[in-house]
Amino acid sequence: MERILIKPEVCIGCHLCEIWCVVAHSQTKDIIKAFLHEKVKASARVIVEEKLPVTFALQCRHCAEPDCVFACISGALYMDAASGRIVHDSEKCVGCYSCVLVCPYGGIIIDRENKKVIKCDLCQGLENPYCVSRCPNGALVYADPEKKGGVMDEPNV
Amino acid sequence: MNPTFDYAVIGNSAGSMGCIEMLRSLDGRGSIALISEEARHVYSRALLPYYLVGKIDLEKMYYRPPDFYEQNRVTAILGQKAVQIDPDKKEALLANQERIAYGKLLLATGGQPLIPPINGLDKKKIFTFLNMNDVLEIEKALVNSRRVVVLGGGVIGLMAAEALSKRGLKVYVIELAGRVLAPVVDEAVSQLLEALFRENGVEIITKNTIAEINGGSSVTGVVLTDGTEIPCDMLVLAMGVAPRVELASQAGLKIDRGILVNGRMETSQADIYACGDCAQVYDTVAGVSKVIPLWPNAYLGGRIAGSNMAGGGRESGWTTNMNSMHFFDLYLITAGLNVSTDESVGLVNLVRLVKEQKYYRKFILREGRIVGLILAGKISRAGIFVNLMRSRADVSPFTGDLFNEDFGYWSIPEKLRWELLKEHIILGVVDGNDRT
Repeated sequence: MERILIKPEVCIGCHLCEIWCVVAHSQTKDIIKAFLHEKVKASARVIVEEKLPVTFALQCRHCAEPDCVFACISGALYMDAASGRIVHDSEKCVGCYSCVLVCPYGGIIIDRENKKVIKCDLCQGLENPYCVSRCPNGALVYADPEKKGGVMDEPNV
Repeated sequence: MNPTFDYAVIGNSAGSMGCIEMLRSLDGRGSIALISEEARHVYSRALLPYYLVGKIDLEKMYYRPPDFYEQNRVTAILGQKAVQIDPDKKEALLANQERIAYGKLLLATGGQPLIPPINGLDKKKIFTFLNMNDVLEIEKALVNSRRVVVLGGGVIGLMAAEALSKRGLKVYVIELAGRVLAPVVDEAVSQLLEALFRENGVEIITKNTIAEINGGSSVTGVVLTDGTEIPCDMLVLAMGVAPRVELASQAGLKIDRGILVNGRMETSQADIYACGDCAQVYDTVAGVSKVIPLWPNAYLGGRIAGSNMAGGGRESGWTTNMNSMHFFDLYLITAGLNVSTDESVGLVNLVRLVKEQKYYRKFILREGRIVGLILAGKISRAGIFVNLMRSRADVSPFTGDLFNEDFGYWSIPEKLRWELLKEHIILGVVDGNDRT
């Protein structure tokens, strides 16, 4: 499956991935309305790891062997059989945070307000992940790492 | 002729689900039977306190969609207890005398509540806290109750106590040990928890247990070993669970505390596997064989069993106790050795406590590697610590950073960081830049 891969060396630490992640998960998908007018503010599901000069964005890896799914006590987390994506059903989530305990990437984010978790859904329903398409310096790529001739085989941008 | 299945699983919880889902990913055709004494669709026992407190309704107790068995072509034999296994004939005998022949069998029989040796436990309004029926009965009894005694200050006891307190009852927790949650957390966290429960109106009584039960047909109170009398109109027994091994024992399987299994979840008997709360596995961090009665452990054990039942050949890897809990507003995460603090065996404790903020972190290190941790208060991204444990990474160069509330991959030295993330990052994209 296609995954988001990270190029830390070209990340400039602008945090636009976080901004656009909020937009992608807002009601209106409009950057102004998402930040200024929507009553329930969306939160980012991508985290910019920052220890200058190094910065890079990290989000749910949609693991083939998803520890979060195995640990989930409510069945809220599951692997979508067709796409391989790890899906979180917020309705079923009880906020036990077992997934937070086991996710090796810290990719599951605690939603303190709702006492549940949120995570990357690869911008389900949108044309592509916003963090990737809105990154101004190509520091995130959306590709299938197992495909021959894929992005992993081309070290230079 | 008896009904015959390629695979049979006894039990209808995390272990069985892990097994069935793995079986179906490897073998779309083989026939599967699931046998369960409870006549319910698969539900999550771990959600019982959430139901009792009113956070979720009955529908949300179900762990898998209503058509799970059909979708996975599982013949679900619900409401029928398996009473005997004949490993030579490879048959399971059900309570209704039906015999189910199997090719491979999984025992995921779970645990049973520990019952204290006290007289008067046959009175009404005395409950265990393990399955859906228990909680539905407790719910009925709540209506006319004001005071409840919970015997046992472990995870289940405290979760029950919190839920009952939030339902408006005056709750008394009686714990035999000197502190609550004694085998799971250390002294400092026990103190935080006891203070927290008391702040919320729950009485915590340690170093004590019930000597007598008062009442006629229903419980009206308990007398503790020190003579204290506590009037109550409900009693919940939450002293923990013991592996359910009767079937395995009668079938001649090797048993210690639980059913003994190897890394492939194979028991001592050919073609019989076990996992979850009934099985005894190897804790790779503690270096001991033990029962790990936790949801993820059961599910993962089921996956490994399922793989081997279908000829796949998986073995369990890094395995240890791991727990994510919350009581009132306090979130807690533990992994590995969290109580054992014997520095003479080469363990080093790194601790930070901010009592007012209910913030606590403890890391137990052996030769620079994390072998245990407790986080209270701030638990964000806890899995990164667990990943450091699992990968046996030397954290000694950055032990101070472990206490950073925003700890992340950024906190980890570059070489180790890129090693841990190597499947997800592309380095070397900038000419002449060699950061690794």
